[in-house]
Amino acid sequence: MSDAPGASAALDVAGVSHRFGARAALSDVSIRVERGRFMALLGPNGAGKTTLFSVITRLYASQDGRVSIFGHGLDREPSRALARLGVVFQARTLDTDLTVEQNLLYHASLHGIGRKAAKARIAVLLARVGLSDRRDDKVRTLSGGQSRRIEIARSLVHEPKLLLLDEPTVGLDLESRADIVAIVRALVREEGLSVLWATHIFEEIDGADDAVVLHKGRIVARGTANSIAQGDESLEAAFRRLVAEPPRQAA
Amino acid sequence: MTKTVATTPSTAAASIEKPVPHLGRLDAIGYLICLGGIVRRELLRFFNQKERFFSALVRPLVWLFIFAAGFRNTLGVSIEPPYQTYVLYEVYVVPGLAVMIQLFNGMQSSLSMVYDREVGSMKVLLTSPYPRWLLLLAKLIAGVTVSVVQAYAFLAIAWFWDLDIPAIGYVAALPAFIASGLMLGAIGLLLSSMVKQLENFASVMNFVIFPMFFASSALYPLWRIRESSETLYMICMANPFSHAVQLVRFALYGQFEPIACAVVVGTTIAFFTLAVIAYDPGRGIMARRGGPAGDTA
Repeated sequence: MSDAPGASAALDVAGVSHRFGARAALSDVSIRVERGRFMALLGPNGAGKTTLFSVITRLYASQDGRVSIFGHGLDREPSRALARLGVVFQARTLDTDLTVEQNLLYHASLHGIGRKAAKARIAVLLARVGLSDRRDDKVRTLSGGQSRRIEIARSLVHEPKLLLLDEPTVGLDLESRADIVAIVRALVREEGLSVLWATHIFEEIDGADDAVVLHKGRIVARGTANSIAQGDESLEAAFRRLVAEPPRQAA
Repeated sequence: MTKTVATTPSTAAASIEKPVPHLGRLDAIGYLICLGGIVRRELLRFFNQKERFFSALVRPLVWLFIFAAGFRNTLGVSIEPPYQTYVLYEVYVVPGLAVMIQLFNGMQSSLSMVYDREVGSMKVLLTSPYPRWLLLLAKLIAGVTVSVVQAYAFLAIAWFWDLDIPAIGYVAALPAFIASGLMLGAIGLLLSSMVKQLENFASVMNFVIFPMFFASSALYPLWRIRESSETLYMICMANPFSHAVQLVRFALYGQFEPIACAVVVGTTIAFFTLAVIAYDPGRGIMARRGGPAGDTA
């Protein structure tokens, strides 16, 4: 993937705030995921991660601020922005009564991809997530880790260049978790995919990854994972320190 | 925390920013593919749920076999258009029962929208790059496709009851069924945006389905109701379900009822517009519904 210097970021969240009634779920949140980078979004439960994902995926419009995907603003060019975005939601969202292929074909159609092109793409993706042999099986026969891998395949059917994952490894065993991390990291390395990965599992983050810490709707730290930790502190210790303090907006 | 080799961004090559490619197409053909996919999924789900198919058929058949048989001697239905002679109660009640199937189907689609919202598959639909109103329209068309299939399956069985419906009526009724299906689907769509949780659906049964069905011309001609209560008659006349039934009733006998058609089309447009507003990301329910559990500050 070629990026010009100064090319628009894969994802640019600029000054986004969102309230539910009197309750502020996001306050002036800015995040920039550069092209071809893996960014971790860390935050305790209730920090606003899911609200942020909902705003980025345009489930609801942000009340303040702006979200752009490869330079396409969600407010002005939602179709162009969403066409370049792949999402793996926290909740399982496959139709369990349908087969793997039926699920993926449905998703392909939601992006206007014809059946022939979709089938070819699906074959490639199923090979990528190591589940080619399960193509005609109903989703309900898959394990949790396998469903997750299918959801990753599904999120890539329309060849997005930005992938959002909302705590994709929650509830999975160690091996499935490692598989999923490896698949996504390979996509970043080999295909230049840009990734925003929400998690609170620190093992999934490399020291050189970009990271932001979201706490009570505010970004309280940003930088590479290594730079967020101070001195000999682990990222986990840094995280606990950050979320123990009252939220102060990071620069 | 693991400290492994970092993933680095690729080197700069181009100096002019080109749009980042993607596989899908955003034109009219792309939308037709999208519409086709949504309809296909709805049909797959429908045929996967055999119980749903059978219960949708059994309900009106029970009405026809038992209820109508019981009433045929107590209720004579006198001459009223589109009928040209006295008709048996079974004959009178068939169009209403066919549209009742569509009413239940519209509410069932609405129920599945609420369910989709709860389990999250609604999010998958709404992250499609097509405008939201087009996605809702596709959902509506998918529901109507299912409801028309069901209505004709019922008519096929009811055919054995000597209903005297002319062959042309079965053809003429298709646009009428589509129109009434769209209207009931649009009502269901708006309801799905208003119902907060699946459990609240019992009240939809009580406050929407039953009143719409009983206060209509489905089971009895409205002039009979007028004889007992003018107010009730006015309510029945204001009920769009009555007009859907009349539209189908006339169409089954090869006739067109313009007032019923106008009411059905108008109601469809009104409810669909309201549903689009309700699902709008900026002002609609998705934003005001309180958001995901736990995200507080």
